[in-house]
Amino acid sequence: MLSINNLSVAFKTRKGEVNAVRGISLNVAKGETLGIVGESGSGKSVTSYALMRILDAGGEIRTGDVTYSGIDLRAASEKDMRDIRGREISMIFQNPRAALNPIRRVGHQIEDVLIRHAQATRQDAKEKAIAALKAVKINDAAARYDAYPFELSGGMCQRIVIAIALACKPRLLIADEPTTGLDITTQKAVMDLVGDLAKARGMGMILITHDLGLASQYCDRIVVMKDGLIVEEDVPAQLFTNPQHAYTRKLVDATPRLGASLRTLLPPEARRPEPKLRVQSNPLLEVRDLVKTYPGKSGPVQAVKGISFDINAGQSLGLVGESGSGKSTTSEMIVRLQDPSSGNIIFDRQDIAATPSARFMRHPMRRDIQMVFQDATDSLNPRGTAAAAIAEPLARIDGMRGSKLSARVAELAELVGLPQPLLSRFPHQLSGGQKARVGIARAIALEPKLLILDEPTAALDVSIQAIVLNLLVDLRAQMGMSYLFVSHDLNVVRLLCDEVLVMKQGDIVDRGPTAQVMDTPSHPYTRALIEAAPQPPKSVAA
Amino acid sequence: MADMTAPETPRAPAHQGDTTLGHIAYVLRDNPVTLLAFAMLAFFLGCAVFGPALVPYDPLATHAARALEAPSWDHWFGTDNLGRDVFSRVIVATRLDLTISVAAVALSFALGSVLGSIAGYWGGWLDAVLNRCLDTIMAFPLFVLAMGVVAALGNTVENIIYATAIINIPFYARLVRAEVNIRRHAGFAQAAKLAGNSDLRVLAVHIFPNALPPMMVQVSLNLGWAILNAAGLSFIGLGVRPPTPEWGIMVAEGANFIVSGEWWLALFPGLWLMLAVFTFNLLGDGLRDIVDPRKRT
Repeated sequence: MLSINNLSVAFKTRKGEVNAVRGISLNVAKGETLGIVGESGSGKSVTSYALMRILDAGGEIRTGDVTYSGIDLRAASEKDMRDIRGREISMIFQNPRAALNPIRRVGHQIEDVLIRHAQATRQDAKEKAIAALKAVKINDAAARYDAYPFELSGGMCQRIVIAIALACKPRLLIADEPTTGLDITTQKAVMDLVGDLAKARGMGMILITHDLGLASQYCDRIVVMKDGLIVEEDVPAQLFTNPQHAYTRKLVDATPRLGASLRTLLPPEARRPEPKLRVQSNPLLEVRDLVKTYPGKSGPVQAVKGISFDINAGQSLGLVGESGSGKSTTSEMIVRLQDPSSGNIIFDRQDIAATPSARFMRHPMRRDIQMVFQDATDSLNPRGTAAAAIAEPLARIDGMRGSKLSARVAELAELVGLPQPLLSRFPHQLSGGQKARVGIARAIALEPKLLILDEPTAALDVSIQAIVLNLLVDLRAQMGMSYLFVSHDLNVVRLLCDEVLVMKQGDIVDRGPTAQVMDTPSHPYTRALIEAAPQPPKSVAA
Repeated sequence: MADMTAPETPRAPAHQGDTTLGHIAYVLRDNPVTLLAFAMLAFFLGCAVFGPALVPYDPLATHAARALEAPSWDHWFGTDNLGRDVFSRVIVATRLDLTISVAAVALSFALGSVLGSIAGYWGGWLDAVLNRCLDTIMAFPLFVLAMGVVAALGNTVENIIYATAIINIPFYARLVRAEVNIRRHAGFAQAAKLAGNSDLRVLAVHIFPNALPPMMVQVSLNLGWAILNAAGLSFIGLGVRPPTPEWGIMVAEGANFIVSGEWWLALFPGLWLMLAVFTFNLLGDGLRDIVDPRKRT
């Protein structure tokens, strides 16, 4: 149905031309689901933009043919393309909130596309829009028709985006990272929905993702892209059990999965023996009856409902939950960025909750509790260099200056594997993995006793994630830190944590040693989370 | 740890544009309009600094015999009704007009930044009170407010500066408030607190500088407005007094002679005023690109 032949795309930038896609060929048959898997910068999204002819300014298709049902998409006029987009080929974008117009009712946004492609008249548009909402299994579709995007959850918004994309019954759907930023159970629900709809309508689909596990579960065929080239193409089971290309093997290895250990995520040549970790039996942190209440429109909202737990010295505790479970609020209270409504945070036998967060920066224990933030880009000042970010805690809390400071910064960069020349760069000149390293170096600069890791690898590619996770376990062994690892990814928690807490709606619903909680989950919620996580086919690569 | 760095070794070594000067050169080369704006700014600054020393005539010296002469090789812009050289007066006036506008903009930039930062960072009742005060200023027709301030405080250059500054404060305060507000819970602000910075320091050192790029656009537009404002006040007789050369007064005085055909009296100061405003308006984009670290790719 769709065939791309020798497509190459180039972008003009300040430093000259960048070839984002360098001659790729692929086909999608009617009713087939093709997965395009690759890490950031591999050109997978650019490929889809090029075939829809919605490249950013400066981007240009250099060579190649794109043919859809006999139509040459490269030669088609802009007017023809407007008819094809949405009607024949539809697209689901990465961030559903950004893809919806925030000030229009979602029902109207579905009507827009129906009317544009003459699939509905003004009279029956509303009816058809509600039918489209029902098709994506939105409860109470008639009421949701009048909702604004901000009134809906992320998963709901993505359903609306899918409803818009599918409203005109296109024959090809391009889904560009459709579940990034969604909770794991929502991800499963959305992907199941898209898969079922594609099957029911005999629709072709291109699923663009960085998650090999997800692709293998929903695709008939997968192509692996790297640096604008297709390195391998196969059916999922083959790809996993017998990857031909070294890059595919590296990706398969780096995907956290059952039965893998931290070191096996790395390419074989980088594997070293796992470090010895020492967990002591005395508690470093004791959280007692911690409550956080926010004032809400309809009465106070309890984000955290009186939870208690301990972290022993040298221990790594996983805190798992979906968005809204209160795990971020809990970690912010422990790191003293927020004040609890009630309860105690006893750190090293001292109640640190007694000092308000606004004055905690002068507390002697400020240096002992540090945090690695979720979004490495957001956590670095865009106007400061990497060196300045790492130096900040040293200069402010230790009063370090001059050559001593720069020597310590260089030492920390070495420790986290950040090449020295990168220290003078600004955050936007660094890659995601490099920014994560800067964030980690800053957090360990003062040699804290407790490090809170708030989904430190959520925004990273799997191969970089593998490196960062290994770095974290090495640092823990070297410095004897305790970790509180906040995550929604159970496969990652399994690798890094000794014990795990599962939070739901502000309460701890499940807890225990990681292996026990994961392998024999006692609570139904834990079981639902584990089942929702995409599991790649068993591979022999490890 | 060395083996772990393998996948992300840095690519090319330092490239051109890494230094501040190199970056400025890049911005200028990239956009000819910016280059033109900076060239014109340099010209006006040159006039302001060296003008009084270089002009052919004393701008205040009258010469009754040569009054109201049309432009010639002796008097490029002609002479006025008292025989003073219009060219010399226009050039000498540059210093006064630029001083007024730069001082007024600097003052409103500083005050607006402080007020806006406080309102944007702490929010709550402080934000509400500050916003209502600024709304009150905005509710007046701004030029009339400036007239009122000068009329009440007295007819001096300082008071023109204060008046111009006051009417411009709300623009800066609102801009800074919005820019600070969206960043107050940003990761880097939180991280700065963990590094032992107080709220005030986080605000001043980490958050506020990020508001600079849009501020630069506002500054350059405002410099133009401020010149117009000062000239406007002088035009209606408030502010700079004759015989001090100032573009606004010169246009006002020259306007009387347009009817009788002596067009050069009003045209040349007006032209200079226009060029100055034009320069500052063109400058905005270039200034923003220079202070924005993200442009340094």
